[in-house]
Amino acid sequence: MAIAVQLPALSPTMTEGKITRWLKKEGDKISSGTAIAECETDKSNLEIEAYDDGTLLKILVPEGSAAPVGSTIAWIGKPGEAIPEAAPVEKPLAAAAPAAPPAPAAATAAAPPPAPAARPAPLASQAGNGRLRASPLAKKIAATQGIDLATLQGTGPAGRIIKKDVEEALTRGPPAPAKGAAIARSAPGVRVPPQGLPVTQMRKVIAQRLTEVKPGVPHFYLNVDVEMDQALQLREEAKAKGLKVSVNDIVVKATAVAVRDFPRINQIFAGEVIQQLTNVDVGVAVAIEDGLITPIVRDADQKGLAEIGAEVRELAERARHKRLKPEEYTGGSITVSNLGMFGIDSFIAVLNPPQAAILAVGKVEPKVVVRDGQMVIHQMMSITLSGDHRVIDGAVGAQYLHQLKGLLEHPLRLVL
Amino acid sequence: MAEIAYREALNQALAEEMQRDPRVFLMGEEVARYNGAYKVSQGLLDRFGSARVVDTPISELGFAGLGVGAAMVGLRPVIEMMTWNFAILAMDQIVNNAAKLRHMSGGQLRCPIVFRGPGGAGGRLSSQHSQALEANYVHFPGLKVVAPGTPADAKGLLKSAIRDENPVIFIEGELLYGTRGEVPEGEHVVPIGLAEVKRAGTDVTIITWSRMLTACVLPAAEALAAQSVSAEVIDLRSLRPFDQEAISRSVKKTNRVVIVEEGWGFAGVGAHLADFIQRELFDELDAPVLRVHGLDVNMAYAANLERAIQPSAERITQAVQQVLYR
Repeated sequence: MAIAVQLPALSPTMTEGKITRWLKKEGDKISSGTAIAECETDKSNLEIEAYDDGTLLKILVPEGSAAPVGSTIAWIGKPGEAIPEAAPVEKPLAAAAPAAPPAPAAATAAAPPPAPAARPAPLASQAGNGRLRASPLAKKIAATQGIDLATLQGTGPAGRIIKKDVEEALTRGPPAPAKGAAIARSAPGVRVPPQGLPVTQMRKVIAQRLTEVKPGVPHFYLNVDVEMDQALQLREEAKAKGLKVSVNDIVVKATAVAVRDFPRINQIFAGEVIQQLTNVDVGVAVAIEDGLITPIVRDADQKGLAEIGAEVRELAERARHKRLKPEEYTGGSITVSNLGMFGIDSFIAVLNPPQAAILAVGKVEPKVVVRDGQMVIHQMMSITLSGDHRVIDGAVGAQYLHQLKGLLEHPLRLVL
Repeated sequence: MAEIAYREALNQALAEEMQRDPRVFLMGEEVARYNGAYKVSQGLLDRFGSARVVDTPISELGFAGLGVGAAMVGLRPVIEMMTWNFAILAMDQIVNNAAKLRHMSGGQLRCPIVFRGPGGAGGRLSSQHSQALEANYVHFPGLKVVAPGTPADAKGLLKSAIRDENPVIFIEGELLYGTRGEVPEGEHVVPIGLAEVKRAGTDVTIITWSRMLTACVLPAAEALAAQSVSAEVIDLRSLRPFDQEAISRSVKKTNRVVIVEEGWGFAGVGAHLADFIQRELFDELDAPVLRVHGLDVNMAYAANLERAIQPSAERITQAVQQVLYR
């Protein structure tokens, strides 16, 4: 029986994809794992792999056309085998009309095409309809422990996440610290799953009231001016040693170290639970031709300035060519958005959900400031923190910014 | 504690209850002069006389009705069906009278009656005489249904059934009569509605009752232990009411369930247990509840086919492996 090739969800936010190029043509032999087409998603250009062996019988979505995630884009089977008579694109691109029967199980039982559920799911633990497969018990444990099931690979039938998978994820993480302040520091190279913290009643009321005032994510903003003289000096000294370190690299590093010192910033509001992250991953906003993307520097608190610099430049280069993989721009603790190179003095950034904080960084320029009653000239830079007020309060944000300011004004602390 | 056969345990319960309460009497085909088709009533005629141990014609509907009438006026009849296959003829008295009298009389009438006899396959008795029919009776409000799997439970439950103020369907195992086990002497009462953990375990809960317990579930648990799988075996003993707490305790511990039933799967007792488990224990489950039951065919006469149709230790271990994702 011929097997349908369905358009996989290649990024968490992907709802449709455009086939830019077919790498195989009808009649070609295909084995599981080979790339058969190139697809442009909302974020990147990625390859679509076959999950079955056979011959490419029919291409349903021509090059340059878009199709919704989960729709059949081609058929694989034995040479000469008939393919089921189905509409080329099973689901219309527009939202399904309310009258449309949402019963894929019944449809596959009645019609000759094979049940998609019986095949290996394209993404870990995701059924054809995008629903996460997990046993009820696994879901319960994950909810109480604050584990995001989407980050797990299920080992049950059809990728179902079972108790064992969640427990293994838990044992990979550190034992839960008693207080929020005592968050364990992650070892280099070790990815620690988020830890679930209870949403206290007060937190609940704060979240609810602020969401009423500012629907979506209730932002608040804090601004501080930073003396960057020493940071610029550090950059010059690095340059003299042949190392390329930009102001932005110093900001990214300082941002990360300050987050490590203030784990309250490293939280995600997830409704019933607040996720406490342990790894410090900093997103760096990169402007690209028709938008922007925020590649992530993982464990930025533990990387050297030059290492961060090299990584940011490499990620930005691939971002501009839309070559980033989804895992390279999802997740993250905080984002740095720097418009200094565009001559912006200061600005306010919109949060990058689900992160609870973003820093808007302006340009560095000499300004007259008053120190000890005297007017002096310093290299000044403006930083504005936008916080998710459901998890972060003004005082916490202020303490964080104070720490960040101290690190930037005394950058030696970053390299010690 | 003496080790006696299942049929002797039943005999003890009958004799003790007839001794204890003069209202208790036994009626059925061959129960008196022949001492019972399966010798459960051995010696009772000699001991209690023909007024209390009564032979009947082959007329299940008739003597079931006699029993219901006797219960209505204050006696405590024990009606022996030579097998539950024959009790199909008496369904009207059991279902339309015994089960409903208390309700339809607004509590003015009671029906403290026990219908008892062997159920399940007997060994090459073919389609009509090999049926496990408990699912029929658990369906009706007003009936209690028990199905003991060991001699001790047979004695303890029969005493409870005879003392109960409501009709009790007491299903014995046709192939269990000769099985032996330790049985407490004298007053040994097992309450209706109470399950027993026959083997403690941590990895999976196997729920069963009657003959399946010793015929294949405990052997399967033993085989699983050799594969490092710790199976907990719950002997339900009472099918209606059934012990929800015992099931909950076990499932919260193991997170996985296999239900083993000799009868057919469609709308079987296990179907109702699975319904209960998914409804009340949904968040405790790490795998779908699986069932092992008789195949959906009429019983074959050929011995090899008869074996293939019934649940086996092998089918049970396979189901356990499946819920363990192995």
